[in-house]
Amino acid sequence: MTMHDTSYAAVMARKNAIMKQSLGIDYDDYIQSPIAFDYERMMAETSYTMDDIRRIQRETKVGDTPLFELRNLTAAVRRISEPGKGATILLKDEAANASGSFKARRAAISAYQALIKGYRGMIAATSGNYGAAVASQAAQRGLKSIIVQEVFDSRGVGQPEIVEKGRKCEAYGAEVIKLSVGPELFYMLLRTLEETGFFNASLYTPFGIRGVESLGYEIAEQVRARYGKDPDAVVITHAGGGNLTGTARGLLQAGCTESRIVACSVDLSGLHMASDRDFNRKAFTTGHTGFGVPFATWPDRVDVPRNAARSLRYMDEYQLVSQGEVFYITELLTKIEGIERGPAGNTSLTAAVTLARQMDEDQIVVVQETEYTGAGKHHNSQLAFARANGIEVRRGNPVDNVPGKAIVIPEHLAQVQGRVQDLDKLRRSYLKNAAERLPIAEWTDSDFEFLAADIKKDGEWVRNQGVA
Amino acid sequence: MTKISTGAWVEIEQIVLKPEERAPSLPPETKAVPYVMRVSGFLAESAELGQEVTIHTLIGRELRGTLRVANPSYNHSFGETVPELLTIGTEAENF
Ligand SMILES: Cc1ncc(COP(=O)(O)O)c(C=O)c1O
Repeated sequence: MTMHDTSYAAVMARKNAIMKQSLGIDYDDYIQSPIAFDYERMMAETSYTMDDIRRIQRETKVGDTPLFELRNLTAAVRRISEPGKGATILLKDEAANASGSFKARRAAISAYQALIKGYRGMIAATSGNYGAAVASQAAQRGLKSIIVQEVFDSRGVGQPEIVEKGRKCEAYGAEVIKLSVGPELFYMLLRTLEETGFFNASLYTPFGIRGVESLGYEIAEQVRARYGKDPDAVVITHAGGGNLTGTARGLLQAGCTESRIVACSVDLSGLHMASDRDFNRKAFTTGHTGFGVPFATWPDRVDVPRNAARSLRYMDEYQLVSQGEVFYITELLTKIEGIERGPAGNTSLTAAVTLARQMDEDQIVVVQETEYTGAGKHHNSQLAFARANGIEVRRGNPVDNVPGKAIVIPEHLAQVQGRVQDLDKLRRSYLKNAAERLPIAEWTDSDFEFLAADIKKDGEWVRNQGVA
Repeated sequence: MTKISTGAWVEIEQIVLKPEERAPSLPPETKAVPYVMRVSGFLAESAELGQEVTIHTLIGRELRGTLRVANPSYNHSFGETVPELLTIGTEAENF
């Protein structure tokens, strides 16, 4: 083995070479400017059809998950809605995938790609669910796996949900590299890729995102078969943007062009993601604004040169919910629908309650995922941990939630209201970020065209913004 | 101190980056502490806690670090009951 300089700066400087070797994709082939790249060609050249994706996923216990109608919750929402309001709430039970979340769809295609390209193993840097998915898919394909995970603060403490996710990776036979708080996770990923020559099962490759397309496609098929129409809205828990991007692309491929694509994140504004102190003051480990907002407003901040997850390209609306509201809905799902499920799916379920209340009775809102639950990954675990760490936990009006300080669990369903995030503001923030990469004076027509498509607006709108 | 035997399941710790070697533009509380890694594996040769050792991870990779824990275990649980949750969705709350 060749000896390399493993200092932070030296490893980061070798980033492009490491990426090329560990992915087999030459991004230079698609990149057109510091801003624009040929996104659709990059996605198409993965060369998998929808049939291929579904066949590969069926081989490793992924996909074909049930779609449930939440009859009691729908009825409860109708009781607090204006007459004629209260859409039917459907839930896609993604916890049924091997390893317990939709992340298996992403990992399944990456594992298949790693196998056919002759890699001996794969590596992913992740907050957890994806690690379990990679480990589970690798195990089924006879590949080795390494998961690089941010687990503990400088006191050595990790919150129960993170610890559980690490356990699950190890349970499937992965080597788990557990790290303290910091963005150097990416540096560790690069080092480990270089040391092992394994496949980079990044969350943000075209393979991973194409794997999620089957989720949107199945929703279209199932809703049409049972209700004879397309879903009116699909609510998607949003962090890095792959869940939303893949699901929306799948819906579009099935011809659902009118379904409203609604992102949803837990509001953790005010907490810093790279802070050793704030790390354990969050009661959610993903699906929150700490990822959701920065990734929406600049997707190309990830472990690959260009991110295949581009949420603003597909998003029609962005709902925020508080931690307390999600915990209330989690408990309600358990008590009145008779199923226990984990935090991420219950985040979009919480927004779906708000939306259903505003929608007509004959409309359909789909919550597109659930995830597994268990010791550690459970609202009681997270709340008990928060309380033990000095965070106030009480019942009351959820508008009084303060991330990192107080978790206020609603007293009634009617108090579950969430709040809407201004999408145009996010779009402008995206344009500002683009302007930091390339001064506006240098934007070409093709840059304008790319930017407009990337935020679901037209070139005219982009040109009329203050930033452009 | 008792020796931990060869082949035992253990956890090692390694300082990956000292505070001054860390990434630029970190919040001060993060910048002040080292970047630390912990990994579990099978101990290559018997040793005492605190010694520099080699392990073989579950996938057979060799890693070095300070021996930190013998038989590392997961103790996370459902946590102490949070009574505020119990009545949600029940008759007591008029559901
Ligand atoms: C179960 C689950 N749902 C939703 C998300 C959010 O997905 P994305 O990061 O692709 O936006 C995650 C990601 O961490 C997840 O693990």
